Amino acid sequence: MNFSRKFFTILMLFLIWLLLTGKATLDEVLTGIFVAIVISLFTGSLVSKRGMFHFLPEQLWGKVKFIFVFMIELVKANVDVAKRVLSPKIPLNPGIVRVKTKLVYPNDKLWLANSITLTPGTMTLDVKDDELFIHWIDVKTTDPDEAGEIIKGAFERHLGGGQ
Amino acid sequence: MLHTVLNIFGYILLSIGCFFLVVSSLGIIRMPDLYNRLQAGTKASTLGAMCTIMGIGFLHPDWWIKCFLLTLFILLTNPLSSSVLARASLRSGVKPYTLVCNECKEYLEEEEK
Repeated sequence: MNFSRKFFTILMLFLIWLLLTGKATLDEVLTGIFVAIVISLFTGSLVSKRGMFHFLPEQLWGKVKFIFVFMIELVKANVDVAKRVLSPKIPLNPGIVRVKTKLVYPNDKLWLANSITLTPGTMTLDVKDDELFIHWIDVKTTDPDEAGEIIKGAFERHLGGGQ
Repeated sequence: MLHTVLNIFGYILLSIGCFFLVVSSLGIIRMPDLYNRLQAGTKASTLGAMCTIMGIGFLHPDWWIKCFLLTLFILLTNPLSSSVLARASLRSGVKPYTLVCNECKEYLEEEEK
């Protein structure tokens, strides 16, 4: 497990290094591998809890679907904000709601919180254990389950990848 | 031919990005309180910055990969910073404007325990 985490970190760092340098000459690649290994020795256990688990085919497919859903939601959110800001009488009905999540791992919660912030009308205020506090610009319901389904339903299904 | 298509695409993306950046700054002025301002500021400025940078990537194809990485990092860090700002201001007692359901009182009480 520990080795798998480190290997995952090395892969990720090396990929970013390759994209940043933009050329694949021998000394660049060797430096990249060296630096990635040194960094992963210190931070390997922090970057990911499950390591190479993320590269299982169904996990990768889940991530692709997640990115697709997320991009659509991002554009919708921006059209929504533009409508609200540009209308003469700003339509607002703000409130703070509490939502429960089934996700266990901190990284998944981070992704969920980030994507909630970027989707229409919602912003994560805080994450405490399995509860998310969300500022909602147009409150439709105060019931935690219903609100959760509206706010994070699709995301959580794609992130959880089979609970 | 390809060059022209890339240019047109790049300029379209640049204009969309600029539009959303203007919307986000208008939102920061027009919204009534801090939390709604943060909402407008985060969402519109994220997509605005992403579109602008990707547009530049299309205009200069050599920079495409770096522009792509930049958008990725903006996508990861922008919502995080707004969440942290909102959380900090809620804890230091900035009052929200007409809340429909006030879970934040409960939240602050739990925080004090």
